[in-house]
Amino acid sequence: MKVTVAIDRRPEIADPEGTTIKRALHDLGFLETTAVRMDRVVHLDIEGDDPVEVEARVEEMCRQLLANPVLEDFVVRVET
Amino acid sequence: MRIAVIVFPGVNCEHDVVHALRALGGDPELVWHRETDLSDFDGVILPGGFAHGDALRTGAIARFSPVMDEVTRLATDGRPILGICNGWQMLCEAHLLPGAHIVNRDMSFICRFVDTEVVDTNSVLTGAAAVGQHIRIPLNSYEGNWVDPSDSGRVVLRYVDDPNGSQGRAAAVTNALGNVAGVMPHPERATDQLLGSTDGNILLEGFLHSLVAA
Repeated sequence: MKVTVAIDRRPEIADPEGTTIKRALHDLGFLETTAVRMDRVVHLDIEGDDPVEVEARVEEMCRQLLANPVLEDFVVRVET
Repeated sequence: MRIAVIVFPGVNCEHDVVHALRALGGDPELVWHRETDLSDFDGVILPGGFAHGDALRTGAIARFSPVMDEVTRLATDGRPILGICNGWQMLCEAHLLPGAHIVNRDMSFICRFVDTEVVDTNSVLTGAAAVGQHIRIPLNSYEGNWVDPSDSGRVVLRYVDDPNGSQGRAAAVTNALGNVAGVMPHPERATDQLLGSTDGNILLEGFLHSLVAA
């Protein structure tokens, strides 16, 4: 099954990369840009037939490794 | 008093650490990250570099190396544990120190001497130094910007300027007990006049003294 994990740094944590991109967009004249956040998406192929079970397993992967609970939240989406 | 200097795939400061500790009379030994028994060692140093190529997040994969269970056990026993640069990032990922590291505030890899000030001597890093003492050692990192939402890390060494945005200008942090410490600039690279500074020796001496006390 195809699974997508969106890993977002919590809004209160600084994002130097997003800030740099925003500055570049302003330099290009896109002055309407008020904020940029640079987050991560992980794509996984997972063996299994039960989307509920696959989702639970990938959530466990996020808790153990894929996301850092100190700074980040995650959303798991199983494509059915 | 034996010190395990752990070698992860991709670290590159292990020999500098061993050389510097030996010059100070210490007894360090390189230990591969797959080792599962550190009972013969009195303390541990996690050296800097790019373990596992910094894949995913700095320290995120090294944290699961087999040796880390033993490092955690020794840390819980009150043994001295020091992470330098990438080693500090590993200790955060392993939750042996609070917080995490993000990219430097100005998105630049910083490679230069920085001036730091000792603000707390109750740690395995700063035990031989004096509060207010200035220590000039080289910073060499891209993800040195320490963030601690829990606000529970105790800063022991503070940048005099603010090179990377690190919370509280933290250059080094310790846990509540003071036996686990992480430092971003490299004390082992400032241990001989040939290297431009010997200020790092006082920090490594502090670590060696802490082995005796533990």
